[in-house]
Amino acid sequence: MTVRTLITAATFGLAAVVAAYAAEPQEVRQEMMKQVGGATGAMAKMVKGQEDFDQAKVIEALTTISSSMAEFPAQFPEGSETGMDTEAAPAIWEKKDDFEAKAMSLKEEADAGIANPPADLDGLKAMFGPLTKSCGSCHETYRLKKEG
Amino acid sequence: MSSPSGEAKRPASKGAGVYVLGGLALATVIGAGIFWFVTEPHPVSDERLAAIEAADADAARGESLFWAGGCASCHAADGAEGEDRLVLSGGHRLTSDFGTFVVPNISTDAKAGMGGWDLKSFANAMLAGIGPDGSHLYPSFPYGSYIRMSDQDVADLYAFMQTLPASDEINAPHELNFPFSIRRLVGGWKFLFLNNDPRVELANADDQLSRGQYLVEGPGHCGECHTPRNLLGGLKAAEWLAGAPNPEGEGIVPNITPGGPDISAWSASDIAYYLESGFTPDFDSVGGSMVDVQKNMAELEAADREAIAAYLKAVPSHPNGY
Ligand code: HEC
Ligand code: HEC
Ligand code: HEC
Repeated sequence: MTVRTLITAATFGLAAVVAAYAAEPQEVRQEMMKQVGGATGAMAKMVKGQEDFDQAKVIEALTTISSSMAEFPAQFPEGSETGMDTEAAPAIWEKKDDFEAKAMSLKEEADAGIANPPADLDGLKAMFGPLTKSCGSCHETYRLKKEG
Repeated sequence: MSSPSGEAKRPASKGAGVYVLGGLALATVIGAGIFWFVTEPHPVSDERLAAIEAADADAARGESLFWAGGCASCHAADGAEGEDRLVLSGGHRLTSDFGTFVVPNISTDAKAGMGGWDLKSFANAMLAGIGPDGSHLYPSFPYGSYIRMSDQDVADLYAFMQTLPASDEINAPHELNFPFSIRRLVGGWKFLFLNNDPRVELANADDQLSRGQYLVEGPGHCGECHTPRNLLGGLKAAEWLAGAPNPEGEGIVPNITPGGPDISAWSASDIAYYLESGFTPDFDSVGGSMVDVQKNMAELEAADREAIAAYLKAVPSHPNGY
């Protein structure tokens, strides 16, 4: 590896870090939720029978959900209530503890699935229903469809 | 100051005053008459009641109407899960421009609920918006949609409700702003907006589409949230399902006609899957007041969800109603 590629890599690495810090929390949290949605979709395709059961992919999806949910509640600082098409509901700032508890409970469910991964499709189905109930129970109070 | 013409006017205007007063009095009498006529409660006809009573009622079929009608969403206690959603103790608060409605107990308790109601009282509530004492019920109870339910379905639903547990919970009265606190006024609303006409005309509807129309416009009462309202609280007929501002505060209820920004890209099976699972095609999960509706929809037969999806694909497209 030449010095030049090292420097280039370092520069790009730094750029990525800077970009991550520069992104507004509204964008960061929407991107996290898109990841969670993608991971959920990967498992749903197996549950629906559109794809074969694949334990490695299930663990990967659960890992994405767990790591996103760990960081998610920190993306709602004061001042980020509106803007950038956010669908965050005002209730997040009114009931911060409950909001964080809901995020943590989804994280814990995902962690439990990683620790004891489903062995087959039936196992996945048994886990998938309860896990995804957490999505609606948070969106019910904390996400609002807005115009546009 | 006083000019001859001014002098001449005085007696004339006095006379006019008398006429105006007389006219006002007359108008008031006619007005009161019209008011009384227009706002009078009209119960379900005896023939229809006889047909409903004659129906061979089946509680099991009634359960699917209970879910289609979303009774638990309003009448179960806030946050109730699982079996508790069958305890219709009321207490949920519905905020509106007219004030706050506190949903009543309709469990089988004879005192606090509707344990003492016969099928006739129940049919009058569902199909005419009239309480057992003969007074109007407020349309925050969505009988403006339930009025489209069939005789058989009303009988089945009543039979199912008799199987539900009793709760002796007594709820607070509604907190409505004057003049909306006067029940008689609801008669004016009914005169203007209550009828069981189809919301849309669908040419050559097959059985599936007709079933979807019945579920959405009748028991499912989807338009109560998804259609914008005028100042008097009536649904804007020309913007059926075009979406509306969220009645409970910030945000919107989305446009679910084929012109809706999200749903325009969904297939009928995407819509049916959303109603079954709560997931959109890009695996966003249902939110807001639709969470509860979706839980109810998940209890229906797959064919009913498919019928609803077919109907949503067939209704006229509208721009957003918000
Ligand atoms: C959107 C909320 C909502 C839904 C859904 C709803 N209700 Fe109600 N219901 C109400 C409200 C509010 C009242 C009180 C109306 C009033 O005081 O005039 C009410 C009143 C009633 C009454 C009259 C009770 C009384 O003591 O006078 C009956 C019966 C009833 N509902 C049955 C049902 C059934 C059956 C369903 C399901 C098919 C249902 N409701 C769904 C909100 C709802
Ligand atoms: C109590 C109010 C209410 C009722 C009743 C209701 N909806 Fe909804 N609906 C909503 C809200 C709010 C949303 C937005 C959900 C969200 O925030 O994710 C929604 C979303 C939807 C969507 C997804 C649209 C999109 O663009 O994401 C569909 C489809 C839908 N509803 C169909 C129905 C059908 C069919 C019925 C009747 C069986 C119905 N709704 C009854 C409030 C309601
Ligand atoms: C702790 C609360 C919470 C939980 C749990 C949760 N979400 Fe969300 N979700 C949100 C909030 C808040 C938003 C809106 C974020 C914004 O717009 O700023 C959102 C937005 C989304 C979006 C839209 C992202 C975009 O902008 O395009 C998707 C997709 C999504 N969630 C999927 C899911 C799925 C799938 C689950 C369950 C596996 C889930 N969410 C669980 C709170 C939550």
